[in-house]
Amino acid sequence: MATETSQPTTDGQPPRPRAGARPSTGSAASPASATSPGSAHAIAQVRVPTRSIGGELRAIRVVWRRELIRFSRDRLRIATSLVQPFLFLFVLGSGLSSLVSAGTHGVNFKTFIYPGVLCMAVMFTAMFSAASIVWDREFGFLREMMVAPVRRSSLVLGKCFGGATVAAFQGAIVIAIAGLVEVPYELGLILELFGLSLLLAFAITAFGMMAAARITQMQSFMALMQMAVMPMFFISGAMFSVVSLPRWLAILNRIDPLTYAVDPMRRAIFAHMNIPAATRAALAPGVTWWGWHVPTLVEAGVIAVLGLVMLTIAIVEFSRVE
Amino acid sequence: MGVTSATHDEGAPAAAQAANGSAGGGDATPAVSVKSLVKRYGEVEAVRGIDFEVARSEVFGFLGPNGAGKSTTINMLCTLVWPTSGEARVAGHDVMRERDAVRRNIGLVFQDTTLDGYLTAEQNLRLHAELYGVPRETVAPRLEQVMEIVGLWERRKSLVATFSGGMKRRLEIARGLLHSPRVLFLDEPTVGLDPQTRSSIWGYITELKQREDITIFLTTHYMDEAEYCDRIAIMDQGRIIALDSPAALKASVGLDRVRIETPDRDAAIAALRERFELEAQVAEGSVTFGVPAGEQFVPRLFAELGQPITSVSVSRPSLDDVFMSYTGTTIRDAEASSTDHLRNVARMMHR
Repeated sequence: MATETSQPTTDGQPPRPRAGARPSTGSAASPASATSPGSAHAIAQVRVPTRSIGGELRAIRVVWRRELIRFSRDRLRIATSLVQPFLFLFVLGSGLSSLVSAGTHGVNFKTFIYPGVLCMAVMFTAMFSAASIVWDREFGFLREMMVAPVRRSSLVLGKCFGGATVAAFQGAIVIAIAGLVEVPYELGLILELFGLSLLLAFAITAFGMMAAARITQMQSFMALMQMAVMPMFFISGAMFSVVSLPRWLAILNRIDPLTYAVDPMRRAIFAHMNIPAATRAALAPGVTWWGWHVPTLVEAGVIAVLGLVMLTIAIVEFSRVE
Repeated sequence: MGVTSATHDEGAPAAAQAANGSAGGGDATPAVSVKSLVKRYGEVEAVRGIDFEVARSEVFGFLGPNGAGKSTTINMLCTLVWPTSGEARVAGHDVMRERDAVRRNIGLVFQDTTLDGYLTAEQNLRLHAELYGVPRETVAPRLEQVMEIVGLWERRKSLVATFSGGMKRRLEIARGLLHSPRVLFLDEPTVGLDPQTRSSIWGYITELKQREDITIFLTTHYMDEAEYCDRIAIMDQGRIIALDSPAALKASVGLDRVRIETPDRDAAIAALRERFELEAQVAEGSVTFGVPAGEQFVPRLFAELGQPITSVSVSRPSLDDVFMSYTGTTIRDAEASSTDHLRNVARMMHR
C-alpha cells in the first residue's frame, strides 16, 4: 500500500471517488491529475450522518451487543456466577433442611429458598455488568463512547439493556434447574419467573449505573456492591418467611426493593404446587402495606418504577459535562 | 454556516479555494479557530485566554510541559470539557452550541488507550463505525484502508489485549480516522512509547497527511517531535507564548547554544557575565548560554574565561532553545517543578 495504490480493490471495483470526496492535498489540486495514478488512492470518504432516532437506536444496539460479547468472552465469569446459586440451594439448603423441617409444613426448604437464590443470581450478574462501566472508565473506553456523536442516554440505555440481558440469561440458567428443587416446569410459571427476573435485572443494572456515575474506582464499587447486595438479600425474606417478624425488620422488609421480586416469585411457585392454603399462608403470606395485600402487578410496578427512577438519575449524571 | 456547508459538501469548489489561498487565506473556513478561550477549575486557571487558528490540512502542534493546559484545550475543542469563557470553532462548528456537529467531524486519539481489550482489533473499529453511523456499505473498504495505513490489517482478528503499546496506539489512530474526520486530534500520541515505536508512529502520521485531506492537531512535550509540525504553539502555564513554524521559531532565537561543564558553576556564570557580558543559566546540570556564531566563540572562551572547563558543546538553536528563550527554563526543568509531575508519575505507574 506504500506507493502503487492504483490497483483496484479486491472485489474488482476501482475505489470510486464519492460526490463529496475531498481531493488529497498534495498533487490532486489540478484537474489533470484526475487521470494520473497519484489520485487513484482516492479514499473512501465517509460522511457521518446527522443525529437521528435511527442513529440513537443503533448506538443502543452497539453498546448492548458489546456487553454480550464481553460476557461471552469471559467464561470464568459465567462459571463462577453459577457456583453461588448452587452453593445456596444445595449446600445451605440441604444443610438447613433438617434444622428447619419443623417449620416448613412439609415443604422442601430448597423449594422455599429457590426464589431468593434466583433473585440473588440475577442481582450479582447485573451488578457485575454495571461494574464494567467503572472498568471502562478506568481503562478509558468510556471516553471513546462519550465523545461519539450520540446521546449519553443512548449509551446508558444500551448498557442497562446489556446488563439486564446478561443477568436474565443467568436467571434463565437458574430457572432451568428448577426441577431439582421440586419447582414444576409449567409454562405460565416459567414465564412469570423469567419476566420478574428480567425486570429485577434491569432495575439492579440501573442501580449499578447510577452508582457507577459517581464512583470512579473499582474497589469502591465492589465495596458498595457488598454493602448493598447482601443486606438486600437477607432482608428480602429470601431465607425466611415474613410472617410475624419483629416490627423493625418488617419495616425494613417493606423498604427493601428485593422483597417485591422474591415475594411474587414464591407465591407463584407455591400456587403451581400442591400446597394446602394454611401452609401457603404461613410460608408465602404475601407483602402487605398497612394490611393491604399487594398484588403481583403492583409489586412488579414497584420494581419497574424504582428501575426507571434510577435509570433517569444515571442518565442525568452521565450527561453532565465538566 | 453557508460557507461551512459549501466547503464540506462540494469538493471541487472548496479545492479550488484551497488552491488559491492555501495558508488560511481566502474564504476557506479554518479547521480550528479559538478566541480568548478560558477554562477555570475553581481557583486554578488551566487555560488563561488563548487565541489561534489552524488552517485546513495543516499539522498543528501544541508544545509545552505537562500541566501547561494542552490537554484541557484539546478536551474543550473535543466538547468533553465546557469552556469557562471564550469561543472555539472546530470544522466550522461551535464547540458549545453545535457539539454534535463538532463530534461528527473530529477523530480523537487520547493520551491513554481507550480500546476494548476484550474485543478484536476489527471489532473495536466496527463498534466505532456503528457509533458514528458510518454507512454500512462503506464500513468494509474504509476499515481495510485505515488498518492498512497503520499496518495492522493482518492483525485484525487478534484480541486487542494481546497488542503492544505501539500497536494499540496505531489501532487508535486507525479508529480515529475511520469516519473520515476533518480534524484529527492526537493528544500526546507517542507518550510512553519507546523511541523506535515513536518514530514509526510519526511515519504513519506523515503518510496520513499525504493520503487524507485532514487537519492534524496534536500535543506533545517532546521537543524533537514538534519539528514534524507545520506550525507550533508553545504553551506554558495556560498561555500561548509563541506561535509560528518550527523554522521561524528557531530563527527568532538566532543564537547558538553553548553548554559547558565546569567544577564551579557559579564562578563560571559570574566570569561569563564579567568578561563577555553574557547571561548564563544552569539548565539540566550544565551552564548554558546563547551566543551568535558559537563555534568561533569557543577558542575565546577557553582563552579568556579563567575558569576550568571540562567539556563544551555547541548546538544550533533547537525548539528546546526556543522554549528556553521564551520561558527562561527548559521544558524538562519546567516539568520537574510542575505539580503535574506527580500526576504524570501516577499515570506511568498505572500502566
